[in-house]
Amino acid sequence: MTTTTATREAGATARAPTSVTLREHIVEIISDSGEGAQRCGQSLGSIAARMGNGIWTTEIIPAEIRPPARSVAGASGIRIRIGSGYVTNGGNETDLVVAFNEQVLLGRVNARELKPGCIILLENMWRTHSDPNIVKSYTEAYDRLVRADYQVVEIPMEEECLKYTTNARRGKNMFALGILCHIYNFDLQAAREQIALTFGKKEQSVIDANVMLLEAGHRWARASIGFSFRIPATPHNRRQISINGNVSLALGVMASGMDICAMYPITPATSASHYLSEAFEKVGGIVHQAEDEIAACAFAIGASCAGKCAVTITSGPGYSLKQEGIGLAVMAEIPLVVVNVQRGGPSTGQPTKVEQGDMLTAIFGSHGDAPKVVMAPSTIEDCFYSVITARRIAETFNTVVVILSDASLSSSQQPFDRPQFQESWLAPPIDQSPVPEGARPYDWDSVTGIARRFIPGQPGGMHTVTGLAHDRDSHVAYDPDINQEGLRARSLKIAALQKTLLPPEVFGAESGDLLVIGWGSTKGAIEEAVGELIAEGRKVSAIHLRFLQPMQPGIKEIMRRFVKVMTIETNWSDRPDDELIDEDSRRYSALATLLRARYLIDVDCWTEVRGQPVKPRIIRQVLLAKLENRGNA
Amino acid sequence: MTQSATKQLLDLYREQSALEDYQSGVPRWCTGCGDNAILAAVQRLCRDEGLRPEKTVCVSGIGCSSRFPHYMKTYGFHGIHGRAFPIAEGIRMARPDLTIFVNTGDGDCCSIGAAHWIHALRYNMNMTVFLHDNQIYGLTKKQASPTSPLGTKSNTTPRGSYLQALNPLTVSLGVSNVSFIAQAVDWIPETLFDIIHAAYHHKGFSFVRVIQRCPEWLPKALDPWLQDPARVQLVHHANGIQIGQGLSRVYKNQIEHDPLDIHRAREIASDTDLIPVGILYRNPDVPCYEDTRQSGALRTVGAIQKNFEAELDKYSV
Repeated sequence: MTTTTATREAGATARAPTSVTLREHIVEIISDSGEGAQRCGQSLGSIAARMGNGIWTTEIIPAEIRPPARSVAGASGIRIRIGSGYVTNGGNETDLVVAFNEQVLLGRVNARELKPGCIILLENMWRTHSDPNIVKSYTEAYDRLVRADYQVVEIPMEEECLKYTTNARRGKNMFALGILCHIYNFDLQAAREQIALTFGKKEQSVIDANVMLLEAGHRWARASIGFSFRIPATPHNRRQISINGNVSLALGVMASGMDICAMYPITPATSASHYLSEAFEKVGGIVHQAEDEIAACAFAIGASCAGKCAVTITSGPGYSLKQEGIGLAVMAEIPLVVVNVQRGGPSTGQPTKVEQGDMLTAIFGSHGDAPKVVMAPSTIEDCFYSVITARRIAETFNTVVVILSDASLSSSQQPFDRPQFQESWLAPPIDQSPVPEGARPYDWDSVTGIARRFIPGQPGGMHTVTGLAHDRDSHVAYDPDINQEGLRARSLKIAALQKTLLPPEVFGAESGDLLVIGWGSTKGAIEEAVGELIAEGRKVSAIHLRFLQPMQPGIKEIMRRFVKVMTIETNWSDRPDDELIDEDSRRYSALATLLRARYLIDVDCWTEVRGQPVKPRIIRQVLLAKLENRGNA
Repeated sequence: MTQSATKQLLDLYREQSALEDYQSGVPRWCTGCGDNAILAAVQRLCRDEGLRPEKTVCVSGIGCSSRFPHYMKTYGFHGIHGRAFPIAEGIRMARPDLTIFVNTGDGDCCSIGAAHWIHALRYNMNMTVFLHDNQIYGLTKKQASPTSPLGTKSNTTPRGSYLQALNPLTVSLGVSNVSFIAQAVDWIPETLFDIIHAAYHHKGFSFVRVIQRCPEWLPKALDPWLQDPARVQLVHHANGIQIGQGLSRVYKNQIEHDPLDIHRAREIASDTDLIPVGILYRNPDVPCYEDTRQSGALRTVGAIQKNFEAELDKYSV
């Protein structure tokens, strides 16, 4: 592979002016938190996108706000997959890393995130540090990395930066950006423009200082680094934006015309509300930070009941707390959008890590039969459109719509076509017209279960919404037939929505040996692995579910055309090779459980809960094993 | 026949309301339950103020008290246990034009919903709140509540309750941004109405604790106060409620208290031997959260689109 050749050359001929052409490269910039690695990486990603390259950036976030400096667990930074074409996921292991100290780098090595032979550009100020312990740990790490065949290039970032600034800590990231612009042959002018955009709110002197360091890094690299890469871009003239999944959700809230978002701070969902607090309120939107998750949900329900559909944004533990409120909204038929940016569970779990563990609690959660709509955006772009769709479904069917995003989408960034605003996205003004004589608040349609909603302010529509079983007049039902009827109506609405959905598109051939089913953020990785296998002549296809409740039509027919069916998910499932696990005891993954129950088809699953997005390489191994009837990888 | 808009508007306000316009169904509360007194007072207020039923919302949690909205011919929201406040806050934020009443009980407000209660006081959103405090869980059949006096025998405390009662007045008066605290008793309907009337006219979170009898589970609990009017202390002031002559003949224990004096209010509220009745605290200058949060920006399609496009510009590549 070209990548391997490139890395070899990098080490062997450090000063030869070669430029290797690649299809893609994965770059990481890591530092202690607060040293600006993320800004460097984001800028690099944006520059690459400006050049016409596909990118996928993933934040590397330590668990603490201020982890100790130079600690293995403290790596803060960003990882950018730069490709020739459209990039759909974070990809496999890293090809090139810029590390501001050796300890954060070891954290990434230990996490097995670096490709064998990976190029490492390592800040070398630690080699001559006044503290002998630091010198010792640096040299030990350096030797270990070299022994492990990484291509380590020591770079004097601190020393070089001090030629231009008194505080190198504050400018090193731009110096690193300059180095990377040289290595990837990115246009320096595009980099200057990007810095101007990034620091747009600051004074010109700040921009100038950063540009100076960028240019210094570029100059230094041109003189001192003997290798470079070209990742040919696929030029297009479509207007694109590059955002992460949480900003995408927040933009969706703005574009859906919802007026009120109620939330309580929780990782990794909060940044969506941060963004809304800034942008949404400029046009009269309200972000209410409630006293707790339950209050946030109840506040949104109150706002929805008396006005337009409202939204509450949370993550797993907060979602658990909202469950009673969600049941109330289902029972009282109040539109509500609930966003759950999933994280690792159960309990406090892994707040900053990736997991898809909340599907079943979203579908079946809240006591009794509380049917609600559950959607799962599979891309960052999808996060945006999902909110608009969710708002519309919530108001059409007067029910709760749950959007399951996750920490992979929330912390990744990807360019996509700039949405073209449509007035029809916005919620219509609330109905304040008099209610026709004799109309009843829950006049459930006998076929669809849908009833019209009376909003406070509508003359003649007075009634008391209640979480108690109620009749068509919203009177407390003491008659058992009424309860039967109410549950029927609320369930029928899900069926009515189901009839409007389209079957999932099959990625690959319509029939074959193995069908892979996924949902949520794993789409890009699954399709990349499946695409490779198809190219190698394997009869594998994939479908990806956008709706989890109701499910899209035609899934059973698609499954039947394949010899084997399995899901790939990032949640828990028992491994068949564990001693106690057999058909009687095995707990399947969320989606596999659902598919087996619904379609009576023997759906297998492979899952992992390592807190990271699944890599295409791993999926490929799993699928090959399944195809060849070996045990799971 | 056509009429001018002005004339139609005037006709609208000329409408007379009757009590029946606000009554819905037959309350299923026990005979002698204090909830009936609060319902009667609120319906009278609605009639006297000519509140439009469709512009009025009664919000409640769960418990005997929280059946209240079902008996009002207005919009209502009978929510879930403890969460009446955040639901009412959401309604208020979405709809500044509606009149909002909240009915909650001592379990609903002071136990399961206590966190919301504290914060509701702090938000100071415009709504009129009745704490139906009968010092016992009624709907679940006699369990001690946070306001049950020490030693209250109940199904969960057969040997008497273990803790001192929580005092909703002192708790409320300890929260920053508190703007209206009053106390009434169900057996003096005249002052109950006057207090509710003042609470309705206060802009902000008007919190009225109504001490009420539970004839089913604690029939004798309030006898010491009922039988000895001197243990009921009427709190009056030119800026508070005034006491009629008839009432003065029975209730001789009266004090004058300026509702702006929060320190004195706390002192009065702390006396648990007496039941103070009146407005303990009223400060019309505390800002309402819904007003503070209004940016004044118009939510027109054009404005939303313009802002949206400007945001996309920031992320363009």
